Amino acid sequence: MQHTRKEVTLWSIALTVLLVYCLIPVIWIVSLSLKRPEDIGDGRFFPKSISFKNYDQVFSEGTFTAALRNSIGIALLATIISIVLAAMAAYAITRLEFSGKALILSGALAIAMFPPISIVGSLFDLWRRIGLFDTWLGLIIPYMTFTLPLAIYTLSAFFREIPWDLDKAAQVDRATPWQAFTKVMVPLAAPGVFTAAILVFIFAWNDFLFAIVLTSTDASRTVPAALAFFTGGSQFTDPTGAIAAAAVVVTVPIIIMVLVFQRRIVAGLTAGAVKG
Amino acid sequence: MADIVFDNVTKRYPDGYEAVKSISLEIADGEFMILVGPSGCGKSTALNMIAGLEDITSGELRIGGEVVNDKAPRDRDIAMVFQSYALYPHMTVRANMAFPLTIVKTPKEEVTRRVEEAAEILDLKQHLDRKPSQLSGGQRQRVAMGRAIVRNPKAFLMDEPLSNLDAKLRVQMRTSVARLQDQLGTTMVYVTHDQTEAMTLGDRVAIMRAGMLQQVGTPMELYNAPNNLFVAGFIGSPSMNFLPATLEGGSVKLPMVEVQLPQATREAIGRLPEGKPLIAGIRPEDFEDAQVVSGDGGATFKTRIDVLEAMGSEFYAHFSIDAPREGLAANEELRELQEDAGGETPGDTFDIVARLDQTSRARAKDEATIWVNTDKIQLFDPESGRNLAAAA
Repeated sequence: MQHTRKEVTLWSIALTVLLVYCLIPVIWIVSLSLKRPEDIGDGRFFPKSISFKNYDQVFSEGTFTAALRNSIGIALLATIISIVLAAMAAYAITRLEFSGKALILSGALAIAMFPPISIVGSLFDLWRRIGLFDTWLGLIIPYMTFTLPLAIYTLSAFFREIPWDLDKAAQVDRATPWQAFTKVMVPLAAPGVFTAAILVFIFAWNDFLFAIVLTSTDASRTVPAALAFFTGGSQFTDPTGAIAAAAVVVTVPIIIMVLVFQRRIVAGLTAGAVKG
Repeated sequence: MADIVFDNVTKRYPDGYEAVKSISLEIADGEFMILVGPSGCGKSTALNMIAGLEDITSGELRIGGEVVNDKAPRDRDIAMVFQSYALYPHMTVRANMAFPLTIVKTPKEEVTRRVEEAAEILDLKQHLDRKPSQLSGGQRQRVAMGRAIVRNPKAFLMDEPLSNLDAKLRVQMRTSVARLQDQLGTTMVYVTHDQTEAMTLGDRVAIMRAGMLQQVGTPMELYNAPNNLFVAGFIGSPSMNFLPATLEGGSVKLPMVEVQLPQATREAIGRLPEGKPLIAGIRPEDFEDAQVVSGDGGATFKTRIDVLEAMGSEFYAHFSIDAPREGLAANEELRELQEDAGGETPGDTFDIVARLDQTSRARAKDEATIWVNTDKIQLFDPESGRNLAAAA
């Protein structure tokens, strides 16, 4: 389609405005994190002089590095477990006829719509009684529960796209159902797997509510929760700079994640499977 | 290698629909058997039951003497080529062909050797490291065949493997399939809706209609002695012409001419009530331009040729004959043949196709005298569709 010069200009302006609007808070945080502690309140958008003191400070504090380790570990484990379970469930849902299928799907959807705040109180109580309070598992379980429905929906959409003949071919080629699943179905649904994985990871990584309620020490406190407990270098220092630096640090893994997986999410992976 | 036996096999779906109705069929070891019929006749269902991709509702299916009703596809040791080819798009041609071997942990050297061998046979050597999406339709089809022949299965199952190819390639691949089967000597069951493929490929052909076997036999048996109207109309191209007829004494009254039945035919059909309505079937090649025919016998009639198609080696002459359709219109088999050919239900005019010799002087839009070979006229019962000459 041919665009007129006027259209191009208008679109460019609109996109620039949108981009600036979205990026200003991010740039503001980056700028804050690079200011010297004494310049924090100077109101300038760009720092007068660049210093990495805030970064030194957050990394020298045991709380933050522990929280970072917890965040990475918990988010990765939640993602892996959730994707493995979701893939198997989605495959069963798309390929098998069994009673209660509709119930499972609507049940999953209901869970996804459940407000986390309404269960977090009772979870706190329950976790304390059964010893899951302030553990990795105590966070992984709710993350998994809340992300499974979305992952199942995403993955079943991808599995549905895979021609049924490929299942049959694998069966006739002497593959066990498990082999057919792992060697044919999952590789073909790879774009879906990565999409679902990103969504799950982001949910777990960004969660604040469960993290603040269900943890109490460095043993399992994740970064979003830990940020709330930040203090300055001394009790008289304002921790703004340190919080900004920590915020930048936790944003980086998400950006890397999206960039890496984006390349894997290629369309048309199933091209050539069947005629057409 | 093994024989395949259907013993009263039925497939009934949960909604009560019977796709296959009590089929009994014996496919010998090393035989090339064709299952043919219009769409929805149950031929693919029958094939999927051999593969184990469809459950068997009742009856028994035996492969190599062993009942396989409850066996999973992977335990049946059969290979299948799908209409869609069903190649694994994320694997190279080599990996696709090696898949049935690597999945059961065959030693690496053997996998390589067998894949190379199959690639050699199918002329795929230079494509081994490409992905299916980079191949043409014919090449993909060959990869699908390759995946089937890398191991020595008890039988090959082919589900309309050539229907996605263009006409020229289809003829070419047809020959390769026949040669391949001959070379390997493995039992092959081949499903198609194309009667030409059925005639040219198989040792024997099984014709199905509405979930039931109509007739099983060699292509020539089916052509010369069809059991019923459906088989007669399905096999042959152009297909057999059907006309209403009545039996009067020793002769048959056709709309355009009354013909004396030869002794052999009269004996075969036995005694029938006088004036009984029948359906007469005449193959296009059993007509001829009267001027070309020498010798006696047969009957002649005059008609106006509507269209004359020059095929080079012969002419296809189309002419129409007016006669009340009555008995023919009610026949289920004829109706289904009509639908399969994609035609609408005709009125009281019968379009007849005749194959005339290339020396014929007949011209379109002109009168011609046509000769009928009365020895070859087949007579069918309009109610049951049964060939009256067929042994009951």
